[in-house]
Amino acid sequence: MPHRFRHMLGTEPLTAEQITFLLDQAKPFQEIQQHPLKKLATLRGKTVALAFFEPSTRTRISFATAAARLGADTMNLQAEASSLRKGESLLDTVRTLDAMKPDCLVMRHSASGAPDFVARRLEIPVINAGDGTHEHPTQALLDALTIRDRKGTLEGLNVTILGDILHSRVARSNLHLLGKFGCRFALCGPAMWLPRELECIGPPGSSVRRVTHIEEALEGADVIIVLRVQQERQHEPALSLDEYILLYQLTPERLRCARPDALVLHPGPMIRGLEIDPAVADGPQSCVLEQVTNGLAVRMALLFLLIGTAPESASESPAPSKDAADAAH
Amino acid sequence: MLLIKNGRVLDPASRTDAALDVLLDGERIAHVGSKLSAPAAEVLDASGLVVAPGFIDLHCHLREPGDESSETIATGTAAAASGGFTAVCPMPNTKPVNDNASLTRALIERAQAAGSVRVWPVGAASAGSKGEALAEIAAMKQAGIVAVSDDGRPIATAQLLRQVMDYCRSLDLPVIDHCEDTSLAAGTVMREGRQSVRLGLRGMPAAAESICVARDIQVAELTGCRLHIAHLSTRASLELIRAAKQRGLPVSCEVTPHHFTLSDEDVVYDARFKMNPPLGSREDRDALLAGLADGVVDAIATDHAPHEPAVKDVEFDSAPFGVTGFETALALALELLHAGRIPLARLVELFSTGPAQVLGMTRRIATGEPADLTLFSPEHAWTFRAAESASRSRNTPFDGRSFRGAPMATIVAGRVVFRR
Repeated sequence: MPHRFRHMLGTEPLTAEQITFLLDQAKPFQEIQQHPLKKLATLRGKTVALAFFEPSTRTRISFATAAARLGADTMNLQAEASSLRKGESLLDTVRTLDAMKPDCLVMRHSASGAPDFVARRLEIPVINAGDGTHEHPTQALLDALTIRDRKGTLEGLNVTILGDILHSRVARSNLHLLGKFGCRFALCGPAMWLPRELECIGPPGSSVRRVTHIEEALEGADVIIVLRVQQERQHEPALSLDEYILLYQLTPERLRCARPDALVLHPGPMIRGLEIDPAVADGPQSCVLEQVTNGLAVRMALLFLLIGTAPESASESPAPSKDAADAAH
Repeated sequence: MLLIKNGRVLDPASRTDAALDVLLDGERIAHVGSKLSAPAAEVLDASGLVVAPGFIDLHCHLREPGDESSETIATGTAAAASGGFTAVCPMPNTKPVNDNASLTRALIERAQAAGSVRVWPVGAASAGSKGEALAEIAAMKQAGIVAVSDDGRPIATAQLLRQVMDYCRSLDLPVIDHCEDTSLAAGTVMREGRQSVRLGLRGMPAAAESICVARDIQVAELTGCRLHIAHLSTRASLELIRAAKQRGLPVSCEVTPHHFTLSDEDVVYDARFKMNPPLGSREDRDALLAGLADGVVDAIATDHAPHEPAVKDVEFDSAPFGVTGFETALALALELLHAGRIPLARLVELFSTGPAQVLGMTRRIATGEPADLTLFSPEHAWTFRAAESASRSRNTPFDGRSFRGAPMATIVAGRVVFRR
């Protein structure tokens, strides 16, 4: 069955059908966010382990809230408070968590591939909540949901990604996901963050251009994804932030190079006045807060699909009916 | 006495490739000829086997002293013997570093006590391999080192390298260098390329190696000292060696089986694919194969680098570099033979006379020579199981690989130290 997957480690291995299915599954959960009473009983009795080995606020809260609204319990592990500091290995830490019998593990880690490494050693589903500079699949899924809602489709859009592409797991997950729908990419940022190999990591046949001039990169764009400038990069001489602002800040003037109905997305946390001008962040084209709400819907859909025991077949909707919502209270 | 009968004797030094018998007497070869008989001798039937000069591994890590949970001299040399090696050169990056004569002597004595293959230590070039003062190289030479290196890292500066090379030239010792520009290599865990960008793993550009190779060749020219490049892994480095050899400079290089077998495209999130230098691109691999065939590469060396499972079974970024290699080296080289990439005589050279020459030694199957021989079958079918390895570690990307061809007997100083 096309929607069957055991883990969610990245968007690279997903098919367009699986992605469409996932986004369709998120629809009813989007509606739930508008209800006065948002809690369902769908995953009552289930436990979601949240293991964040790297600081995170929004993604962790989003997963925790998604689990709570499905009626699941959560176990929380944060690196600062964990035994990692005492020298315990990643494998021992997650095996300890696993022994407390959660139904799935949501994991963020600073090492690329760490969720993959863990998933091969545990029986329960593993959801990658961001690994190093590799992937952040739920971010790309919530971006896709936001874009599809606004544009009506994901097919054939011109997508511009701005910033430190080389070190961005969001950029990778978006390249893989949107590439499967024939989107054309312009990747734009300082040249040292735009290695040539980026052109060939997407799905076969995908169109990826590297552009160092922001006006050129924005021309004809339907969607603009602005990345955070990561100032904590090790092993690299830092780029002056003033230089970055000079050449790459998304300003209202530069935004006019894009199509008038272009969407502006940002995975957060957003630094106003650095990668984005406040006027753009708060402007009508900005989808930033919508992305956050959609993040809940996508993560609820994913948790439901991975550990929900209810409907087996794709035709049956997990739709949290109003009754179900009421039943939870 | 031991009589090796019915084998195919392949001796690159004398260009012999013939059905001959070899009679060993004590630690020496007594006689090589056809249809020998020696009623008092024990007979080893080598039908279907190649009888080659004893294999030498120029580059390995036995971890003793300091990391005995990963390997010891006893387990490491046992693994070497089962890989067909009769002599191995452990690098000095033990804890403490082998930078003095007493440690060198202790290593050799322990190897003799373990009683399998010969251990020819490589001494540190600088004290503690810290890249500052010279180590006690002359005293180590008297104790038995065959070369110097700060392996694990390059010899730190051109100035230090010049001093080491000037000194080693006077001592007639080769200098082995692990070539990498440490600023380009900082924080990297694999080769830079499409795969590193795809996996989000920090990549080392190929130039990190060749920049240092270029420096070393020029210092070799300045000093006239013999230079040997360890685990050469890129096309650019190979071309530098090729050009230096054409100019008559005293340079040599080795290539590891994992570098000539795998490429960065094989890397997955599994630390058994993490080693330094990292697996190169497919073009690099093709260049290494050409160099193995045409003679620019002098030796196949394993860079056997055992790590106990606890430290290697972690996320990719955190794992130490290195893979084991003794027991799969010959079988992987035989894959090249069967694929028509190198002829049998060249393969034997790369494991025996080639590395011997790097160390300024000879290897011959002739009367009076040391009775160090490697007997192998080019056809024997088998599957490598890391769990059954004689090594104390299991960190190999070749676990479960099926091979055609294997070492069948390893003879050191007239004694059979391994028999399959």
